Order: sequence, then structure tokens, then C-alpha cells
Amino acid sequence: MSARIGVVTFPGTLDDRDAARAVRIAGGEPVELWHGDDDIKGVDAVILPGGFSYGDYLRCGAISRFAPVMNSIIDGAKGGLPVLGICNGFQILVESHLLPGALMRNESRHFICRDQKLRIENADSMWTRDYFKNQEIVVPLKNGEGNYFADPATLDMLEGEGRVVARYLDVNPNGSARDIAGIRNERGNVVGLMPHPEHAVEALTGPTTEGLPFFTSVLTALVSA
Amino acid sequence: MTDTVSAAQSNPDAPQPFGELGLKPDEYERIREILGRRPTSSELAMYSVMWSEHCSYKSSKVHLRQFGEKAPKTDALLVGIGENAGVVDIGDGWAVTFKVESHNHPSYVEPYQGAATGVGGIVRDIISMGARPLAVMDPLRFGPLDAPDTRRVLPGIVSGIGGYGNCLGLPNIGGEVVFDSTYLGNPLVNALCVGSMRHEDIHLASAKGVGNLVVLYGARTGGDGIGGVSVLASETFDADGPAKRPSVQVGDPFMEKLLIEATLEVLHAGLVEGIQDLGGAGISCATSELASNGDGGMHVWLDRVLLRDQTLSPEEILMSESQERMCAIVTPEKLDEFMALIKKWDVEAVVIGEVNASGRLTVDWHGEQIVDVPPRSVAHDGPVYERPYHRPSWQDALQADSPDSLPRPTDGEQLRATLLDLIGAPNLASKSWITDQYDRYVLGNTVLAQPEDAGMIRVDEITGRGVAISTDCNGRYAKLDPYNGAKLALAESYRNVSVAGAKPLAVTNCLNFGSPEDPEVMWQFSEACRGLADGCLELGVPVTGGNVSFYNQTGDTAILPTPVVGVLAVIDDVDKRTPMAWSAPGQIVYVLGDTRDEFAGSEWAHHVHGHLGGIPPVVDLQRERVLSEVMVAASISGIVAAAHDISDGGIAITLTEMAMKSGIGVKVSVPSDLDPFVFCFAESTGRAIAVVTSAHEAAFVASCAAAGLPATRLGEAGGDAVEIVGQFSASISELRLSHEATIPAIFAS
Repeated sequence: MSARIGVVTFPGTLDDRDAARAVRIAGGEPVELWHGDDDIKGVDAVILPGGFSYGDYLRCGAISRFAPVMNSIIDGAKGGLPVLGICNGFQILVESHLLPGALMRNESRHFICRDQKLRIENADSMWTRDYFKNQEIVVPLKNGEGNYFADPATLDMLEGEGRVVARYLDVNPNGSARDIAGIRNERGNVVGLMPHPEHAVEALTGPTTEGLPFFTSVLTALVSA
Repeated sequence: MTDTVSAAQSNPDAPQPFGELGLKPDEYERIREILGRRPTSSELAMYSVMWSEHCSYKSSKVHLRQFGEKAPKTDALLVGIGENAGVVDIGDGWAVTFKVESHNHPSYVEPYQGAATGVGGIVRDIISMGARPLAVMDPLRFGPLDAPDTRRVLPGIVSGIGGYGNCLGLPNIGGEVVFDSTYLGNPLVNALCVGSMRHEDIHLASAKGVGNLVVLYGARTGGDGIGGVSVLASETFDADGPAKRPSVQVGDPFMEKLLIEATLEVLHAGLVEGIQDLGGAGISCATSELASNGDGGMHVWLDRVLLRDQTLSPEEILMSESQERMCAIVTPEKLDEFMALIKKWDVEAVVIGEVNASGRLTVDWHGEQIVDVPPRSVAHDGPVYERPYHRPSWQDALQADSPDSLPRPTDGEQLRATLLDLIGAPNLASKSWITDQYDRYVLGNTVLAQPEDAGMIRVDEITGRGVAISTDCNGRYAKLDPYNGAKLALAESYRNVSVAGAKPLAVTNCLNFGSPEDPEVMWQFSEACRGLADGCLELGVPVTGGNVSFYNQTGDTAILPTPVVGVLAVIDDVDKRTPMAWSAPGQIVYVLGDTRDEFAGSEWAHHVHGHLGGIPPVVDLQRERVLSEVMVAASISGIVAAAHDISDGGIAITLTEMAMKSGIGVKVSVPSDLDPFVFCFAESTGRAIAVVTSAHEAAFVASCAAAGLPATRLGEAGGDAVEIVGQFSASISELRLSHEATIPAIFAS
């Protein structure tokens, strides 16, 4: 039986269909989760997809963090449930304090959509183990507030513990500290990522298919767990 | 004090501010005749907005009729002109709806919100047909790139389109960005949306079934955009200053996203009898159109409308253009279920009225009747003007001023310099600074997006069935000859979807012109309508709907006549699409069609010489049809590797765009019968560059020959430069440098 991967829809979530498609292409079974339910239907992992939940009002992810479904997800994540936050999902993870730091307005002050080159810096997390360390990939990036910030001590800690999952190459599109595109928690089950691997899973619609290993990784991780 | 129907009867001669509301004396008299009394102030408000140029099409109607009268016979049209948007059958039980609308005037006054609400409005038109929106496109026109006012409006408009569309979750897959001095002070912001649905999900805007309820849902009604329709969009900007520029509506894309999801849920659950979005003229428009299209009677309790501002008067509530609102007709038995689904999305809803058999639209305000009108007289039987028109006195002189005597490059070095200059010209330069602010990936079905010839979206993930859309217009051609200019816009758009491998099915338009009260502008408009209707008949593609924007002029200076044409095409399997650029060295490059010495209205004449005169390129729609058939067939059989339309700037620009896209150069020879300059830069129509592999070359050439389409082998892809043998070579890197520097140099600081 294939692993069941929950995909959460908040009001204003946009990339939930895309995340579900990526799970399906990777061989998993996507399960729709609703922000207002605290029941996460016994899923094996959760994706918080991109979008503008609650219109980005107050602060990106700041309202969604209090949704009933997040209580279950936060508890699960602390117990080892694999959670991937993409873009707005990353913002929600940061607001939930499952990951450190903050995401600020892009340095250019513009929303930016581009095909972005990344280097996978850590291939040990539950969402990156189908990559090899230092693998270079191209996936879409699209955000207005993707400028990762943390104090120098936190950044040094993330670097020292190998918790920077992906780094921007060639161009730093949003001004992120130390070109950070994604990070993980200590245990490696929670990953936050600003670029969009779910938009790079089909040759027809993506710039590449190099985003797919994020979704196969968690299936591999669940089988071996 | 509220003006009621009984007050209107008891005080029949009270003076009324019809002039300030934009109504002419004879229009006011007609309202009095229809009602048999003076209108109440609420009725006056309704008539004034609904009879405005923007809502009633009173100046354009007599000309727009041709689109119906000359419509080609086709089985593809499921819903034609007159509904919120036309609906086209694309096969396998799928229907597609699409439409383009203008938001020009609000975007000039308040660029961000004007452009944002333009996206919001067109998206609601698509939802109200029962369709899930798939993508948006934005044809934009601005004054000169370096003009101070362009710096004011362009960044705001682009942010507004991105800010709204990105947050709504719709990919932006194409459009246009054009600069011309006539758009200074009158930027054009047109917005297109395309959506898909199953045939059985098509919904119409009609209020049928006595006893059925009228439900208003979405955002609360506020004071924004009041009078926007009648005043803002229907009067020329006075060169002297801001006499009539009231508030522009403010958009909330988050609410619109909830509205999309909530609306599609109630539609798919079968809970809706009729539906209408609220755009221009707000509740006045929605209630009168629903009643007029339905059984003809409706009663509304206006005091039930949920308000953002409790001090609003009934007249203001009727006229408010607050965004993100919808109106649905629901049976009483299904109301609870309807309300529950709307609430699931945290959207507010309230029953404001009921369908009845009275034949009248009546509105109460706290127990007093303030409106009692025949709904058809408000919604559909507005004034119709036969505006006078005549050919401008300067038209002959303009056409006689041919570009033939303009100095031309005479050697390879000058040709090279011309190419490097033109590829960086504002109209041909890279628009990435703009389009990179739009999400083109969301929903995961974008197959082609800018800078490809057409945007292409996968509709069915199982079969790969999809649609392609392009919007085009060269306003300079339309100025030189509005009849053929409109046909040329159609031809280019038709060609753009065809070279991508999709079969053209239907047409939408956004007709942007100056003041209809100027007979010379009216002549441009009438000629453009005639040309577009004739062209659509000849190509067999019906017009399914569109929009007219008049009064795009400041003082006596009207914009270039700009009939933007959008063509929708279907492709059975998006996997077979034809991309614009070659993918490997050694692929063989052909030009299809005939190249002639045609430079009137060209980008070369415009950019290099600032010249506009002469007769625009010959339009040959039979040739366009053959080219389309060959390219669609070649895409299906897989014998063409890439193709790119030849238009603005000519063959040298087309080849350069292909080289920059692929990163692989090209080496071509000038055909022996052509002058090198004409070969490089002429803008003859009915042409495309086609790229084939050696394995398919013979089959492709044979297919062109069989169709009578000239195909000339030019050379091969390869190297890292665009080389015209014996003339010049320009490296991709130096071409990119010119192409990519222009727009950021102005805005990226």
C-alpha cells in the first residue's frame, strides 16, 4: 500500500492541487486535509503547500498557524511526522516555531517568478534523501516574501548542524541570508523550502523534473522507517 | 430623506441632477416616459449607470451587431454573444469560456487597484458561467518607455496584476506590452481570463422560477467605485484637471479566491438556478440583468444588503462597485445547503430578494418602495446611438506618406547595427522584468507561457486536451487602415496559436478607441468592427464576446485605434505542441510564406525613424488559413520541431528571439530574389519560421507544397550567433545584452 500524504488546504492556499499531483506522480496517495479539521486522517506525512493563506494578512502564515489542523500537525511533527512546507507552507512552519528564523519581503520589493538553480546541501532529511549531497537542480521559484532571515548565531547553528537543505545558486532571488532556500529541523522530518519542487515533476509543465525527488524521498523514508 | 416612488408621484417636478450623473436631457426624458413619472433618485442612479457607455454600449451597439450577423456557421459555439462570456465546445464534453475586458481609466487614476480589479472583474465573468478559471493574460499599452508618467503607471499596473492574479492562484501566460506616445495619459489595461467546465456545468445569468431567492454573497458593500461606471469610464479626461475622478474600486484577491472556490462548490452541487457577478454598476446591473433575462419580475429588500459602511444611502448601495461580490438565484428548498457551503469558505451571504411574476423590478428600503421599473428598460433597452462618422480628412495624406523614401541600411555592418538596435527597442525588448512578477506555474497545467507565441494550458490531465490563446494588435496598422488593421490583428493572433499547433476556434475582442463623439474616431471604430467581422467570417471563427472601451483620449488626441483580438484554439494533446525555438544544432530552418517590401507601420519605421505612414502589409486570410492548417497538421504528425510567428520587426527579429530562447545560434542565407534589408526586417504577414529535423524535412516540405504554401530553406541552427551569410553575424550574448537591458534600465532601480 502506498504511503498516504496529507495536503492541507487553508483559505487562500493555491498550490494544493499541484502538491497532490506531485505526490501521485511520485507514487504516493494524496489525502486532502482541511484547515478547520483537527483530524489529519492518520496520514503518514503532511505537505503545507504554497499560496496566500488568509491573503497574507497580518503576516504571511501568521493566521494559518492557529488553524485547528495545525495543532495536530505541530504535535505530529514533534513526534517525527514528516512535514514539508513549501513557500507559504515554509512561512507557516516558521510562524509555528517548528523551524527557526523568519521570511521577509524580497529585497527587490517585487514578487518574483523564475526558474531557479539550487544546490541540495543536505541529503539526509526525510524529504531530500533521494538527492545526493551537492546535487544541482532547477525548479520554479515564486514568492514576494522569501527573504530568509535569522540572527548570525542561528545561521551558524543551522550551517554547523547541516540543517541548510538547499541554497540558491547563480542568483539570490530574494536577498536570503547566506543564499538559504530551505532548512530542516534537527531530526530531519520537518523541511521548509521557498522554491516549488511540485512545479517541477512533469517535463510538459515544469522547467525540469528535478523537483520529484522531494516527494519520492519521503516515500523512501517511510518505507525504511 | 429617502426619495420614494410615492414621493415621485406626489412631487413630479422636483429638479434632478441627471446631468451630473452623466445622462443627457433626452435620455432623462425617456426615463420619464418609460416610468410615466419622474424617476426616484434610486431609479435615476440605476438608469444612469446602466445607460452609461460602459454598460449600455450605446455608441457601439449598431456596429457590434455585425459580429452576430456575419458569424460563421459553427457547431463549436455553445453560448454566444450577450452572456457574461461566450462558451466554446473543445471536445470530449469539455467547454471553454474566455473573454477580455478593459480597465483602462481606473488604471490611469490608480494604477495598482485599477489593474488589480480589472483581473478580478474578468475572473468573476468566467466563474459566473460555471467555469473554473484556468489562466489570465494581460495586453498592456503605455506611453513612451522613458516618459515620467509611464514610470508612474507601469510599475503600479504590473504590481496590481501580479498582486491580484498571483494571490488568486491563476497563472499569467501571456499578453502584450506595447509603448506608443498616444497611450501617454491613456494607458490600456486589458485583462483576459479563460476557464473550463463540463458541458453540463454551463450556467447563465437569469432569474427564473417564481418564489426563488436572490442571494448576494461575497464581500460586503462599501462606498468604493460609486459612479465609477458612468463617470469614470464614460467621459474623456479633461486636459484641465480632475473634475470627475471619483474613487477607484479596491480589490481583495483573497476574498476572490474564496469566492471562486465557494461558487464552484455550490454550482457543482446543483444548488444554483442562475448566477451573475457584480462588476460595473453593482447591484443595479446584477438585479436588472438577472430579472430581464429571466421571468421578468424581482423584488429586492435593499436594507438587507450587508454593508461595510452603515451610512451608505440606498442610491449609493445600488451603484456601489465594491469588488468580490456575486448574486445567485436559489430555490427555497436548497437555500440552507447553499448557505452552508458558502459559509464553509468563510464567505458572508444574505437573501436580498425574490423572483416574482410582476414583470417589474421593485426595490424596498426599510418598508418604503424606492424603485419600480421594467427591468428590461434598465438592462437591455438602453439608448442606442447612430453616432455620425466620417473618414478623417488626414487619412489620405497619412496613407500617401509611404516609408519607401526612409534611409535604409545599405551594408552588412548597418544591418547588424539595426538588428542590435531593434532587438532592444521598447516594443521588442525582453519583458521579463514585467512577466517575472507574474506566477506562470500555479495550477500546474501551464504548457506554454510568454515569450512563446501563445499561452497554452492543459485542460484534461488524462487525455492532454488543452487550449491555446494569443492576444494581438498593432495599433499603428489600425491607424493607417482600421479595416485592414483589425483583420491584421486577427491574422496575427490566429497565426500565433496555429504555429503552436492548436486549431483556432473562436475570437474575443477588446476594442480600445478614443471618443465616440468624434466622427473621425467613430469612423475608425466602425471600420475596425467591419474588418474584424469580415475577417472572422472568412476564417470561420466566431466572435464570442468582448468589450468596448471609448474615451481613451486626452483633449483632442485619441489613442491609436487598438482593436485587441484574442483567438482561442484547441489542441487534442498538449504533448504535441510546437515550441517556438529549435532545440539542437543541425535542425533545419525554413521560412513559410512570401516576403515583400512592406514597411508601413513597421517597428523599424517606428523605432528608427519615428515614422508612421503608408499602407499596412497586405492581409491574406486565405494564406493565413493554409498556414494554420499546415502547422496544426505538422504538429499532430510530429514533423515540425519548432515554429515561430514572424511579425513585429520581421525575420531577423524572429530568428533572434528563437536563438535567445534556445541558446543555440542560427546561420541563414538571404534568398536570391530578396534584398537583404527587406529579408531581415519587412513585416509581411502570413509567414512563420518552421524548424524541422533532417528526418522529417522531406515530409514537411511536401506538406507545404501540397497546400500551396511557399517554403524556403534558409539554413540551420548552430553556433552561438545569428548569422546572415555574407551580411553579418551577431553573437547571442550581445543580442541578449541589448534585448534585456532596456526595460530594467528604466524600472529596476
